[in-house]
Amino acid sequence: MNSHTPTLAHPVAKRRWITLFGWAAVLLVLGWAWQGAELQPSLLVENAGNMATLANDFFPPAFGNLEHYIDQMLVTIQIAIWGTLMAVVLAIPCSLLSSDNLVPWWVYQPMRRLMDACRAINELVFAMLFVVAVGLGPFAGTLALFIHTTGVLAKLFSEAVEATEAGPMEGIRVTGAGRIEEIIFGLIPQVLPLWISVSLYRFESNIRSATVLGMVGGGGIGVSLWETMRGFQYAETATIMLVIIVAVTTLDMASQTLRKRFI
Amino acid sequence: MSLTTIAVQQLSKTFDRHPVLQDVDFEIRQGERVALIGPSGSGKSTLMRHLVGLTRANRHHRCCVHVLGRDIQRGGKLVSASRVERCRTGYIFQQFNLAGRLSVMTNVLVGRLGRMPRWRALLGRFSAVERAMALRALKRVGLEDLAGQRANTLSGGQMQRVAIARALVQEAELILADEPIASLDPRSAQEVMEILKRINEEDGRTIVITLHQVEYARGYCQRAIALKQGRLYYDGPIAELTDARLQALYDNAGLNELYQPTTTPVKPATLHAAAG
Repeated sequence: MNSHTPTLAHPVAKRRWITLFGWAAVLLVLGWAWQGAELQPSLLVENAGNMATLANDFFPPAFGNLEHYIDQMLVTIQIAIWGTLMAVVLAIPCSLLSSDNLVPWWVYQPMRRLMDACRAINELVFAMLFVVAVGLGPFAGTLALFIHTTGVLAKLFSEAVEATEAGPMEGIRVTGAGRIEEIIFGLIPQVLPLWISVSLYRFESNIRSATVLGMVGGGGIGVSLWETMRGFQYAETATIMLVIIVAVTTLDMASQTLRKRFI
Repeated sequence: MSLTTIAVQQLSKTFDRHPVLQDVDFEIRQGERVALIGPSGSGKSTLMRHLVGLTRANRHHRCCVHVLGRDIQRGGKLVSASRVERCRTGYIFQQFNLAGRLSVMTNVLVGRLGRMPRWRALLGRFSAVERAMALRALKRVGLEDLAGQRANTLSGGQMQRVAIARALVQEAELILADEPIASLDPRSAQEVMEILKRINEEDGRTIVITLHQVEYARGYCQRAIALKQGRLYYDGPIAELTDARLQALYDNAGLNELYQPTTTPVKPATLHAAAG
């Protein structure tokens, strides 16, 4: 027998065991989550009749109020535009202040935690809070998107900042320029394409989020969506859903084309 | 009698308990063209970075880096200075360190930031005079036709010339070039060295260049300062840096000659010439 075989075979066998343990762990987690989520696929089959009845109620969609729904969808898009824009503006300083290559830990640690908090709370929850502060309507929804998106963008922006090369910034520093000029001329050009792309992506998802803000009083098409569903006017709901699908798909595609130009 | 441009006293630097520079002392006078040579890892670049405050020395009360009439750092602490003061030293990097996505013109104009009013610097509003100045600098390095191009579309040699143009509009009295030609092909390297030499001769700006190719040091510089394992090994006219001395400088096994000069082919009297 070749004397090398045992030394070679040993690591292979070890790796096999590790793989086996890995799969066992994955299966365990999946089973555990299955229980928690109370997954019962059989119900889908048993209640297939109910589903068919419900689905039937959606057809044919009622187009009587189409114009109103389109107006509401436009308000939704307007909410997303301003919610995203304000978030981008605030996320720029916040992301710089949470980047470990720009500021000391006692600045970036608190800033990161603050951004974590903004991100952790869903837009819907923020919308409910802002409805109390500024009343029902699109403004509450815009503010909700603004706060949540700031948290998301600040994290994504600062990850881009931390991945930059230090060289160009040092190049500016040694010309005698100040710290802010160093960031404007040495850092921003490096991260700008990514920042734009991430912001546009966030705008896409904010349109989707904005469609449900109305459910809690945050304005936009969500108001009609909620009302028609609660009133069992499923033909109307179907129209609203179609409007949302068309609007979201169109804007997604437009924003994607725009994003590709920046990468 | 000429003025002192750089004075380094008792400079030591340790990275992770590994000494990179040990008790380095030297002076450079105004208008000199000095090559800083030594094998890789000898501390040349680290020394250069100390001269502009990109790196801080070990805390030692007698350590001092004095450049163009002011302390850059003292006892391992950076001494703050106005933007205009810092403008007086230009720095050229091996990796050029341009902002790749900005135009060549903007990269050169960046050299003016420290001398502009703050609000114009922050907004990047360069005046016609500054633009004309940048164009003149680009002409001097032979790149005036590329002013509108993005910096990252240039070749390495061209990028390095942009970096030199930046130091020119900065009106730097002292230009520190850290391995300016290490990433360049021989022809570009020659062009860059030629330009640096011209700037020194025509404008009288002091120039310190770290090099690992000794031929370039011999061809373009008057004085050599050699580092070996973080210590000053030679300081004197480049002509006296003979092959035998160079061999000892680059010979890894011959470290002991630093401590026992008599056992080496190098005459003890020429070592640390500046200190004597």
